[in-house]
Amino acid sequence: MRRIIGPLLINTALAALGLFVLLPMLWMLAVSFMQPGEAASYPPPLVPSHPTLANYTALFARGGMSRYLVNSFLFATAATALSLTFNVAAGYAFAKLHFPGRDMLFRLLLAGLVVPAQVGMLALFLMLKQMGLVNSYAGALVPWLASIFGIFIVRQYALSVPGELIEAGRLDGASELRIFWSIVLPMLRPVLVTLGLFTFVANWNDFLWPLIILSDDGRYTLPVALAAMSREHVQDAELMMAGAVVTIAPVLILFIIAQRQYVAGLTAGGVKG
Amino acid sequence: MNGAATRGRAGSWAGLWFVSPAMAFIIVFFFIPAIVSLGLSLTTFDIYALSDFGNVRFVGLANYERLFATPLFWKALGNTFYFVVLGAPLSVALSLAAALLVNAPAARFKGFYRALFFAPFVTTLVATAVIWRYLLHTRYGLVNEMLGLAGLGPVDWLGNPSASMPAIVLFSVWKNFGYAMMLLLAGLQTIPRDLYEAARIDGAGSWQQFRHVTLPGIAPVLLVVTIMTVANYFQLFAEPYVMTQGEPAQSTVSILYLMFEQGFKWWDLGFASTVAFVLFVIMLAVSLAQLALARRQGAV
Repeated sequence: MRRIIGPLLINTALAALGLFVLLPMLWMLAVSFMQPGEAASYPPPLVPSHPTLANYTALFARGGMSRYLVNSFLFATAATALSLTFNVAAGYAFAKLHFPGRDMLFRLLLAGLVVPAQVGMLALFLMLKQMGLVNSYAGALVPWLASIFGIFIVRQYALSVPGELIEAGRLDGASELRIFWSIVLPMLRPVLVTLGLFTFVANWNDFLWPLIILSDDGRYTLPVALAAMSREHVQDAELMMAGAVVTIAPVLILFIIAQRQYVAGLTAGGVKG
Repeated sequence: MNGAATRGRAGSWAGLWFVSPAMAFIIVFFFIPAIVSLGLSLTTFDIYALSDFGNVRFVGLANYERLFATPLFWKALGNTFYFVVLGAPLSVALSLAAALLVNAPAARFKGFYRALFFAPFVTTLVATAVIWRYLLHTRYGLVNEMLGLAGLGPVDWLGNPSASMPAIVLFSVWKNFGYAMMLLLAGLQTIPRDLYEAARIDGAGSWQQFRHVTLPGIAPVLLVVTIMTVANYFQLFAEPYVMTQGEPAQSTVSILYLMFEQGFKWWDLGFASTVAFVLFVIMLAVSLAQLALARRQGAV
């Protein structure tokens, strides 16, 4: 008896939890295809009676959604490319190269982990205002140029690169840059993919800093635009759900495709780091 | 290692070149602003100073005195603690339950559930907050519809000051539990199977196995996960910004929400920096307290 009831309970609980997680997403998808006003009826419908793309066309034709989508895409891509470059170089050096001040700098980074990013945002805003970077993409990118978390993940991974390979490169007379580029970088590929994914998703979803620094509607990223829209179109559930689908779909699809790499980095950074 | 001996002076400086861009950015755009913010919190940097820096005055701890005399600060502090105290344990408990379920030998479709539970964490916070705002609608929301099936409700989730924070907790747990679950799952998988075998031979039931094998095995991960979850829950902002705008009756104004309003709505940047620093000190104190507590209980 116990042999049957145990597994049954476990799988029922899993299914219930799965439904709890999945239902809001399915509801979003369903409502995004409903006729304007349809979701506000009783009892709440779960399936569109006459599926329509009207909400999506309204978003793209009148709401400037394509603009926000492009902004978000360019912003996240640029941030990913830049921070990968700087974090990987630094993470490798902290793991494998000896240089003056290394331990001191590393301790500084460790100490930085306890400071929440929001603490510096007020002063950062003023600094960027002085530099004329408020309401610019450069201003939005600034906090993403390098990250302590990124450097740590790369360092953790780079510790496993065999020192003999680096030494062999040096004996062959290769420059440090050349060793990094042709010997180390290929070995760091898995962590590059993971960190790239992480940075892209984190950027895409970032809200507070873009909300602070981008004041011009045309420069908004998707989350900022969506938040502004939701304050304006409270009654339009169908339109807002289409907006949510457009915002969530790219990162969710990316996650589904690259799940394995994403999770590998997460556990490496969280448990061991 | 002995590699240093074969490396010339040039090799040792190369490392500095590799780290200097990243370090420069982190120092200029993270450490210096944090220190400047501390300085700002001692000044009257407001909308007048924004147009002319000559209007800034150093006022010592006056902003802190003013903050502690502001009723909305205490309200926001209370709201934030309420959110953390209710939300973080619920979140960690669900993460642990989900990890145990997915890790159970009898569980089917493990890979699917693992990915599914993690998915909300990857999605955009603002977008999911918008979804939940409609799910929590008093009349047309699915949450009340479900409660209705059980003969309960309807609850005016986002309109009633005593229901608004629990509503945001419900959403936050949904959004976040998958992250900690993933870390706990990795922890569970490091526990050797023979330990369970040995416990079974000694006659331990499922609860005793959980208590004496599983919990000690994941204690370090559980501590990390708890500290991270608590720190994350202290930074409540986008949820009230999107779902309630701090209402009803200011029941969802969090510390960060207060900072944002003071700083970027009223442009009182000096005062807002004060709010930010108080939050920082509270978060640090709470993290250290959790660590000390765990040490005392021998968890790490």
